[in-house]
Amino acid sequence: MYVAVKGGEQAIDNAHALLAKKRRGDTGIAELGVEQIRQQLPLAVARVMSEGSLYDEELAALAIKQAAGDLVEAIFLLRAYRTTLPRLAESLPLNTGAMQLSRRISATFKDVPGDQLLGPTFDYTHRLLDFALLAEGERPGPPVDENTTLSNCPRVLGLLGEEGLMTPEIDRGEPVPDLTREPLELPASRAERLQALARGDEGFLLALGYSTQRGYGRNHPFAGEIRIGTAEVWIEPQELGFPVCLGEIELTECEMVNQFVGESAEQAQFTRGYGLAFGYAERKAMGMALVDRALRAGEYGEEVQGPAQQEEFVLMHCDNVEAAGFVSHLKLPHYVDFQSELELIRKLRQPQAEQTEADAETPAKEKRA
Amino acid sequence: MNAQAIPAREAGYNFAYLDEQTKRMIRRALLKAVAIPGYQVPFGGREMPLPYGWGTGGMQLTAAILGADDVLKVIDQGADDTTNAVSIRRFFARTAGVATTERTPEATVIQTRHRIPETPLAAGQIMVYQVPIPEPLRFIEPSETETRTMHALGDYGVMHVKLYEDIATFGHIATSYAYPVTVDGRYVMDPSPIPKFDNPKLDRSPALMLFGAGREKRLYAVPPYTRVISLDFEDHPFQIQQWEQCCAICGSGDSYLDELIVDDAGTKQFVCSDTDYCAQRAQPQESRP
Amino acid sequence: MSAAEQLLPAASTGTEPLFAVRDLTRLYGPDKGCQGVSFDLYPGEVLGIVGESGSGKSTLLSLLCGRCPPDRGTVLYRDAAGDWLDLYAASEAERRTLLRTEWGFVEQNPRDGLRMGVSAGANIGERLMAQGVRHYGQLRAAGLDWLRQVEIDPARIDDLPRTFSGGMQQRLQIARNLVSSPKLVFMDEPTGGLDVSVQARLLDLLRGLVRELDLAVVIVTHDLAVARLLADRLMVMRRSRVVESGLTDQILDDPQHPYTQLLVSSVLQP
Repeated sequence: MYVAVKGGEQAIDNAHALLAKKRRGDTGIAELGVEQIRQQLPLAVARVMSEGSLYDEELAALAIKQAAGDLVEAIFLLRAYRTTLPRLAESLPLNTGAMQLSRRISATFKDVPGDQLLGPTFDYTHRLLDFALLAEGERPGPPVDENTTLSNCPRVLGLLGEEGLMTPEIDRGEPVPDLTREPLELPASRAERLQALARGDEGFLLALGYSTQRGYGRNHPFAGEIRIGTAEVWIEPQELGFPVCLGEIELTECEMVNQFVGESAEQAQFTRGYGLAFGYAERKAMGMALVDRALRAGEYGEEVQGPAQQEEFVLMHCDNVEAAGFVSHLKLPHYVDFQSELELIRKLRQPQAEQTEADAETPAKEKRA
Repeated sequence: MNAQAIPAREAGYNFAYLDEQTKRMIRRALLKAVAIPGYQVPFGGREMPLPYGWGTGGMQLTAAILGADDVLKVIDQGADDTTNAVSIRRFFARTAGVATTERTPEATVIQTRHRIPETPLAAGQIMVYQVPIPEPLRFIEPSETETRTMHALGDYGVMHVKLYEDIATFGHIATSYAYPVTVDGRYVMDPSPIPKFDNPKLDRSPALMLFGAGREKRLYAVPPYTRVISLDFEDHPFQIQQWEQCCAICGSGDSYLDELIVDDAGTKQFVCSDTDYCAQRAQPQESRP
Repeated sequence: MSAAEQLLPAASTGTEPLFAVRDLTRLYGPDKGCQGVSFDLYPGEVLGIVGESGSGKSTLLSLLCGRCPPDRGTVLYRDAAGDWLDLYAASEAERRTLLRTEWGFVEQNPRDGLRMGVSAGANIGERLMAQGVRHYGQLRAAGLDWLRQVEIDPARIDDLPRTFSGGMQQRLQIARNLVSSPKLVFMDEPTGGLDVSVQARLLDLLRGLVRELDLAVVIVTHDLAVARLLADRLMVMRRSRVVESGLTDQILDDPQHPYTQLLVSSVLQP
């Protein structure tokens, strides 16, 4: 009998074996090591860690290898692993002001205390393919002066805040819900919004942030500060009563300075959008900061005009694991429902005379057909 | 066919994959769902190792209620041998080591996508439905905040606006699957994308019906023997699909049929979507002289 | 209820009011919003609220119909069973029920008051369906009847509102509200977006329906001609306060307050 869509365990096993073969490619070429991915594709690793909500470079690199370079698939792998882990403790708030910086720029001031630090960046590179890399030529980095120490780098927006020019961010001491453990309930708190955005798809946030610049919810952003570096993670176990440092993680933090609000000219203050991501992830952090600010429209009494300002729209659609899953489920058989639709459409197309008489007294009704 | 042999459970994962805390959380939400039939209970849905939209909600519910003695049946489109059904059944065989079956009467838990078995369910059985979009009001009101208010206030007039509009446009109610129902005279509920053919099987069923939406992080339930009424008009009563053909394999004239196109000339054949029901009916026929 | 009774006017005339408002206040800033508004409305009576934009009449309307809680004051409504309901002490469910059964609201822009994605017939039938009517034939009949009553060709029952002219949309919105036989209808500049000839026809229709159905109406308008045609009584608002109120003819022909005099004269001598 002809039953194309029904398959068995054998078909699934074969498909997986074929996938493994595709992933491996030509066996004449040396296999890619997880450590190589970790060391040589650090930006891919950073994205998988951020959107996978798990800071583990090795597992993220493994996920990239296993997913044959499909980052959304790698993010999914990492998430599915993460969900099985127990939650042991909550960290204390990160002190990003005390980060060991590898990069730090501000677009709002020419000179800031602590100076601008360009660090490793694609900015100002000419996007010319480097054929030396094709020839597997090594390109040594600059010599490093081991004795260099960075001066204190206070946050740029903090300096504005001291002058009273920034709307203050007030810690109300509310409990911080964990989006990975509790369902998102709307309207969401800012903590939940930031969590969702931090896990959100980079491309989605980039596009939404971009849309605000083009006028769909304009909020006049300036890149107040972008800093990349390492910060310590501390926890305070109840049984100890004092905090202990677990280690450090690499972070990218972006604070946007946005248009001012206030009841009167004297009270006018700038507003802020915030972005934070694991690893070196500037584009993600900037997109997140733009969307965070856009989502504060209600807080500042702004008219909601663009998709980036609509909380439900953004939060319900920013997760690429959810989105990819639901789009891909269209590949699953739907023939029972489609059969229902077939039966219905054939019934509807039957001549009118066969229809019930319930509408006999009402005028003909083909007008909108 | 008897229950299949119990395979060895894979070490390294907790029984039925999810940790006990998570299962407890889901069971608490399920108790609430059973206490308020048809009400969508938010729950802390976890990431599963299958993609969202592929049954993660149903799988979490199954994982939460499964015990070592349970016998599990998994169907997709009514069939036990569709790839997704195979994949999910295998997942629980590996992670929980429970017995699996294709026989409806033997199963204690039946996870399903898009169908209710033709064989009548019995008291003590549990149906677990995979739900893509749990909100029956979603098509008319995209905002979750507003739909929750509408449910709270029983503000359901818009559901009939849709049905009215169907009749005015097409002469019939043009919803053929995921056909909305009223549960216990209170909540309007999406019965998941089962064909409306299956809606009557929900009404006062002796089995417990559990619905899980993983991506949307909602679950809901219909307890045994609960009234489940499909929305309609008095003069356009709810009707189920009918076929002029009978099943080409077992000859059934009252089951839900899949349409197969069997050759390049477009010749059609109709067979039962419920493979177990069909096989059980076909067996005695074949053994006849 | 006892608090409500204390606030109510003595029922000496034999007819009890339908709607009683006491000291209703909601301020957004000094003299912005509305304050200290009290009045009674009797069954079948049409009350016009007039004033320039920013005078507080729209704020007052949202307070009256339950859309915006007041800073202080009460809104009481005598329901079909004869019981007094305190609007803002009632539950959200009670308020919503009221708004789709015994009350109506005609928006200035018909797009805000209609479901633009479904047919005229579905728009008219929605309230009935919300009240539990489950007979398609009856809904159909009500739709046809109400299209006739608001002078729309019944053959257009299956057409979408967006294929209608502005005046027709407004009449459809009125039909959609009146199908549930409300006792009290709020109207926010119902002729605002229409050109003059269309306005006149709509006003005629409204006047007829109000008399025929014995509707109580609260209508907000900046147009004194509309007020004169429809309203039995007027309240003139300025800077959040009612500066003058009384019978329509009396106020328009013999205004006492300087602001009302200005308003009336500006209409007479454009």
